[in-house]
Amino acid sequence: MSDPVSALGGARFTGFADIREIGPVGMITLRGKGLKAFDKAIKTAVGTKVPAQRRIEVAGDKACGWMSPDEYLLVMPYAEVPKALAAIALALAGQHHLAVDVSDARAVFRVEGEKAADVLRKLAPADLDLMAPGELRRTRAAQVAVAFWQQDGGFTVVCFRSVAGYVMGLLRHSAMQGSELA
Amino acid sequence: MSTRLAKGGRLIDRTAAVEFTFNGKRLRGYQGDTLASALLANDQMLVGRSFKYHRPRGIVASGPEEPNALVNLGSGARLEPNQRTTVTELFDGLESTSQNHWPSLEFDVGVLNNYAARFLPSGFYYKTFIHPRPFWKHVFEPIIRRSAGLGKAPTTGDADRYEQAYAFCDVLIVGGGVAGLMAARAAAKGGGRVILLEQSPQLGGRSPVDETEVEGKPVEAWLDAVEAGLRAMDNVTIRTRTTGAGVYDHGYVLADERVADHTPGDGRPKHRLWRIRAGRIITATGAIERPLSFAGNDIPGVMLAGAVRDFVAGYAVSPGDRTVVVTNNDSAYLTALALKAAGLDVPAVLDARDDATGALPETARAAGIRVLTGRAIAKVKGGKRVTGVAICAQAGEGAVLEEIDCDAVAMSGGWSPVVHLYSHCGGKLLWDEAISAFVPDPSRPPLNHDGSAMVEVVGAAAGHLDLGSILAADVSAGVETKGRRKEDARKTVSTSVTIPPIWVMPQGAPIAMRSKMWLDYQNDVKVSDVQLAAREGYQSVEHTKRYTTLGMATDQGKLSNINGLAVLADALGQEIPQVGTTTFRPPYTPVTIGALAGESRGEIFQPLRRTPMHESHEKSGAYFEPVGLWRRPYCFPRAGETHEQAVHREVLNTRSNLGLLDASTLGKIIVKGPDAGKFLDMLYTGVMSTLPVGKCRYGLMCNEQGFLSDDGVVARIDEDTWLCHTTSGGADRIHAWMEDWLQCEWWDWQVYTANVTEQYAQVAVVGPNARKLLQVLGGMDVSRESLPFMQWADGTLGGFPVRVYRISFSGELSYEIAIPASRGAAFWAACMEAGKALGAMPYGTEALHVMRAEKGFIMIGDETDGTVIPQDLGLDWAISKKKTDYLGKRGQERSYLASTDRWKLAGFETLDGSVIPDGSYIVADGTNGNGQRNTQGRVTSTYYSPTLRRGIAMGLLRHGPTRMGEVVEFNTVSGGTVKARVRDAVFFDKDGEKQNV
Amino acid sequence: MLTLECPYCGVMADETELSPGYEAHLKRFGPGASPEEFEAYMFARKNPKGVHFERWRHTYGCGKWFLAARCTATLEVFGTYPAQVSAPPADIIAKIQARRPNWQPDWQPDGKAPE
Ligand SMILES: [Zn+2]
Repeated sequence: MSDPVSALGGARFTGFADIREIGPVGMITLRGKGLKAFDKAIKTAVGTKVPAQRRIEVAGDKACGWMSPDEYLLVMPYAEVPKALAAIALALAGQHHLAVDVSDARAVFRVEGEKAADVLRKLAPADLDLMAPGELRRTRAAQVAVAFWQQDGGFTVVCFRSVAGYVMGLLRHSAMQGSELA
Repeated sequence: MSTRLAKGGRLIDRTAAVEFTFNGKRLRGYQGDTLASALLANDQMLVGRSFKYHRPRGIVASGPEEPNALVNLGSGARLEPNQRTTVTELFDGLESTSQNHWPSLEFDVGVLNNYAARFLPSGFYYKTFIHPRPFWKHVFEPIIRRSAGLGKAPTTGDADRYEQAYAFCDVLIVGGGVAGLMAARAAAKGGGRVILLEQSPQLGGRSPVDETEVEGKPVEAWLDAVEAGLRAMDNVTIRTRTTGAGVYDHGYVLADERVADHTPGDGRPKHRLWRIRAGRIITATGAIERPLSFAGNDIPGVMLAGAVRDFVAGYAVSPGDRTVVVTNNDSAYLTALALKAAGLDVPAVLDARDDATGALPETARAAGIRVLTGRAIAKVKGGKRVTGVAICAQAGEGAVLEEIDCDAVAMSGGWSPVVHLYSHCGGKLLWDEAISAFVPDPSRPPLNHDGSAMVEVVGAAAGHLDLGSILAADVSAGVETKGRRKEDARKTVSTSVTIPPIWVMPQGAPIAMRSKMWLDYQNDVKVSDVQLAAREGYQSVEHTKRYTTLGMATDQGKLSNINGLAVLADALGQEIPQVGTTTFRPPYTPVTIGALAGESRGEIFQPLRRTPMHESHEKSGAYFEPVGLWRRPYCFPRAGETHEQAVHREVLNTRSNLGLLDASTLGKIIVKGPDAGKFLDMLYTGVMSTLPVGKCRYGLMCNEQGFLSDDGVVARIDEDTWLCHTTSGGADRIHAWMEDWLQCEWWDWQVYTANVTEQYAQVAVVGPNARKLLQVLGGMDVSRESLPFMQWADGTLGGFPVRVYRISFSGELSYEIAIPASRGAAFWAACMEAGKALGAMPYGTEALHVMRAEKGFIMIGDETDGTVIPQDLGLDWAISKKKTDYLGKRGQERSYLASTDRWKLAGFETLDGSVIPDGSYIVADGTNGNGQRNTQGRVTSTYYSPTLRRGIAMGLLRHGPTRMGEVVEFNTVSGGTVKARVRDAVFFDKDGEKQNV
Repeated sequence: MLTLECPYCGVMADETELSPGYEAHLKRFGPGASPEEFEAYMFARKNPKGVHFERWRHTYGCGKWFLAARCTATLEVFGTYPAQVSAPPADIIAKIQARRPNWQPDWQPDGKAPE
């Protein structure tokens, strides 16, 4: 059997910021609210606490982000998704929830460099100055939905897989040398 | 002549010469020049022709309000028409050409219109449209088409790139003059985020030219200190070359930054459109000087007085050697003094007022300048250039008292505060009699989301036309805080400047003079045109504007709309505030389409959605079609094949061997929870709660009106989980529809949904050899017994983790196989490879459509159009009779939907085997009230069936199902009809023997 | 272009992150409803110049529907609130009345429209 491939096969661009498509990255959409064993389910799946509103809790190569009052995005290495799903199923057995593998439905980018934020300022109607460290922002980049957060001195940007080429095009256009916002 | 002065020029760098061309002529200027100042320095006063009469036009202004001096800038892929020379910064190699003349700027045929002016009065176009009709078509239109239009549209794509950016701030200040800088300084102290926008390259506004000191410091020193102070603060952003273009709801401001207009081709984006969201907006946009209306006020060499001194002080350019100043206020004396100081002649200042005793007139007199009060210009002499003026009494009817030779006229009709941004979002204006101008009414501002004033106005834009009143108004009061200023923080200050309501000179000018007084220089609207409009019954200023085209030129009336209103008010015998102003609409100055489009060009014009197999299809030479934002292969033509031939081959091969379809775009939504069954029973017309685990069922969704909205196969995954397939275009819409009902109506139901459309690639393996292919791949048991029709199973095939649905949209033995998207391309390749010996070929959406039509399967969007209920399509079997409710049930009970007279689905076969044209109606006897043939139905799907070798169609026909065998007529494009026999809509394999194997 | 605070995310969302959903607090009428009731449910919409209640979805954000009370004439926003209510909550009513003292709700406490 073949290995899983990301939407753009690791495309890259260097302008005033560095753009890299990464992945495949493991992702689970977890929906539920006010469940007893929620802490435990997330802890065993990705090793973090339950994030507060608009927060993302990062633990090494895993993370859990708040997507809505009843939805979380769990991030982990691609191969660990089945194990995490099993852990969630066990912890939340009998309680109303939905956990589903969405790893392949996404494309993930890293935007890095001192002026990485300028790239996103050109695409999203979000106030990046007010974005606290550890905040996950769901918004749009030009014409498509994205989510991003700051991590390791840059931004991780997530979009739908089918529009990965479009988002790469947006990031490339916005990171062109000489178009810094300063 | 206009020329460069030996000394001075605050803005130019004499050590940096710059070469440029105008109409092919090589000219020189300096770094820091505008194109206008450099043209004047080269004695190029004549720069264009007016729109209607092709009158010679010279530079009038020094800023963005310039109506005349518009040029084509650049060439080829960098050609931009209608660029204002007064705001175009000069750069080495700049190319410019004048506009709106033929064959040349100096000699223009269109000027004949000038002599025909009495045949082209206001409303000319409207009047001529009416009669005589043939005259319009054969005489006027060709002439007007030839002569109309300003610059030439570029014929190639733009070589530059543009971008947009979002910014947020607590206080946005538009305008970097003294008032704007003071507001910024105060706002910055509060610690909030401050953005200051200035349209020109430098800060300071008019102050370096018009003032000597600010707050006890020399102007330049004050400006440098304030700018340095602001730039040192982290919370302040200053953007020069950036125009605040529009103010919209809730503090939203569009601003156009001209990043690289002056450095073309340096790799930076040409423009950047800022989308700013500001807590508060302070506009410090200054005021624009008005012309005076006198005969010949459009002759090149007649300029605004402020512009004349801008050119002298800023660029060391004298518009003329002998300049007559004409004014109704004190500010123009600054021009007389500046010219005098530069060693130029000022033969006279003509002041329309009876007295001129202010400080400036007295200084002028002391400097030996001849000041004539109560005087006006009876006529400007000259053609392509001013040669002199005839002087008369302002109070009289124009009897000439004296003639003075001169080569320039500097005029000032007062100042109009720039209230545009304040007005864009509903701010109301007051008429200020002291300065004869509209000013913002602070008691009726545009409102923010919290009901507070969204826009405040400071400086000259608020009517404070002198520095003293700007300082006295204390713009800093209440600005410091991050929060909202107190309503009473601002002092009420009236400016010491007065401007009398003098609009036309002389006061009693006869028609011969009034028809030579220009209001709108570009569109050729004169005082007499507005007066004619009033006589013809135009009372509303909005109507007069459109009738006369006053203020409809590219400057949008910045220069002289107020003059026009005043003339209209006078003609109507009304006060100016009664007549009111036309609406101020964004953008303040033109914003190029490139900036508005931003990044949305070329590859990223719109998001194209690609399936995991997209690249493979491209390599196979697929011809794609858009399905929503998706791109799907329409067919896979081989060398030498037409698309039609390819489709026929794909259909026949699938029916006889094996076809592979990329079905990844199919919507897939997981619905899970204790109430999921109940929820789906509300959503679908059928029953989904009883579907056994492991089985599939076809379902229909309707909107609340009862009309079909989507369809698809639902699979029961486990006890509380269903997977709903939607149409390709429908996934997001249906997911949103589900969430709407769950969040807003049945919020106590325990159901979660997830749209997993993109998690899976989906391949339809279709045809008699379908099972064999899966067996070659190897893995799970896909036999008839283990995986019967309308069931699904998880397993592996060829080592891939798969979920296999045994469903068919073609009537063939068919498996739809879902694999994780990251393995979609590999699985597709594996299928193609394994299928070689089985005759596998990929097929596209058109073959899919033909095969489903051969089977009589409906397609959302073909058989439905938002007015069709499932019962119309004979889908009663998919509607539960037992359920008390589902979305759309009440709607379908409405009498006209329940009527037996509705058009209902049937199949059609033409008697001659031809294909019925798309969109055909089935004609009925007689005609309707409009004399059109009556109709009794229409075609919904029509194809050539390669399987049956004839045209087949589905359509809606009144009482259709009861009319089998009857012959009806479809209209055709050529006007005739084609006969077709009504039949069952299933054309092929009615008993489903091919799919149940 | 409006900004509305999403009551779920707490962000001031730009209108371009939102989708409009038209009038809020409609009561659904299904089978058994009279033609008049059904017609009103389907087609009769308020179009006030002034206080209005609307549905908005934070489409590009959390995906949730919320409701907004705003003035259609001045674009003032009195407040936003979660969609899981059949009538505007008391604090929203109080905020509206603080700014529009003469404004009265046109429904009754049970959520029914007045006769
Ligand atoms: Zn939200």
